[in-house]
Amino acid sequence: MSAGPPPGSGPQRPRLRPWVLGGLPALAVLAMWAYGTWVQPFPMGQEAGAGFGRFLLEMLQILPAMFVLVGLFDVWVPKRVIERHLGRSSGPLAILWMVLLAMLQAGPLYAAFPVAAALWRKGTAPRNVFIYLGAFSAAKIPMLTFEVAFLGWQFSLVRTAVTLPVFIALGYLLERLIPPDTHIPCLEARVPASSAGAREA
Amino acid sequence: MIVLWVLTGVALLASLLADRRKTLQALRRALAMLQSVFPLLLGVLAAVSLLLATVPASTLAEILGGSGPLSFVVALLVGSVALIPAFVAYPLAAVLRDLGAGVGVLAAFVTTLMMVGVTTLPIEISFFGRRVALLRNALAFGGAVVVALVMVLVLV
Repeated sequence: MSAGPPPGSGPQRPRLRPWVLGGLPALAVLAMWAYGTWVQPFPMGQEAGAGFGRFLLEMLQILPAMFVLVGLFDVWVPKRVIERHLGRSSGPLAILWMVLLAMLQAGPLYAAFPVAAALWRKGTAPRNVFIYLGAFSAAKIPMLTFEVAFLGWQFSLVRTAVTLPVFIALGYLLERLIPPDTHIPCLEARVPASSAGAREA
Repeated sequence: MIVLWVLTGVALLASLLADRRKTLQALRRALAMLQSVFPLLLGVLAAVSLLLATVPASTLAEILGGSGPLSFVVALLVGSVALIPAFVAYPLAAVLRDLGAGVGVLAAFVTTLMMVGVTTLPIEISFFGRRVALLRNALAFGGAVVVALVMVLVLV
């Protein structure tokens, strides 16, 4: 399941395989939902359809805006700035930047992948990319508000305080565990136009 | 959510005023990214909603609403596979706690839910490749176990 074209590889001919792979389950759920709604009651199908609808709504509320921001980041932020502050030779201050950036965001983890990919492409050290993903899943503010409301500030505070150091350590570990010749699709996406733009900036 | 869209709007406007050509480039990139992720995401979301509809919620709540090793393991597994947004997950966690779920079970569930994504692996692989995606999820799973155990030590 080496999936799809590399994200952000610029305008290209749409490939068929991801559409078949992704379209079939979607059509199946839609068919079950339609059957349950119009032919005869079918609780499982209706429930799956309702869940699918909620997921789609959540995705559409976040992803388009996220992608526009990532696009702007790609075009405007010069690579050397990112390399200096977040790159391989960056200090512990980079960790603080990653955590702060992650905390200000919202949405499911898959919404953070394009941001992480853009950061990586611009020269962010792998450990900082993973620290970003860890902090995103552990400490984004919109999520914390729900956690405090439903599980109490004590649970939330302790969980965040325990999780952040663990995931920061995992970021360093992961960076060491990735062999240098690893194939990383998002780094191989060539977008000449936007990188040229970033150099001018 | 509103903040995100306002921020995006302001950034887009500023970019447009500064350089129209670059802004167009950025939008083209955004569209390309959306095109490449959308079909996979569609499939993943459909598969997860199907899965959630198949597993009876009452059975799950019964097992998760404890504090023994079985509840702990089930919490780790369910959290790893499920894709539940925070505004649903935390009310659910509160219900589980009222049913008797321990701190470790709750922490295991919440942490794997946010950090480990078995069902979103195809998307993650399309960005970072198979090796990085699998390794990250495996380590995150281990990290979640550590977090949950430490929380039991601290809070119980």
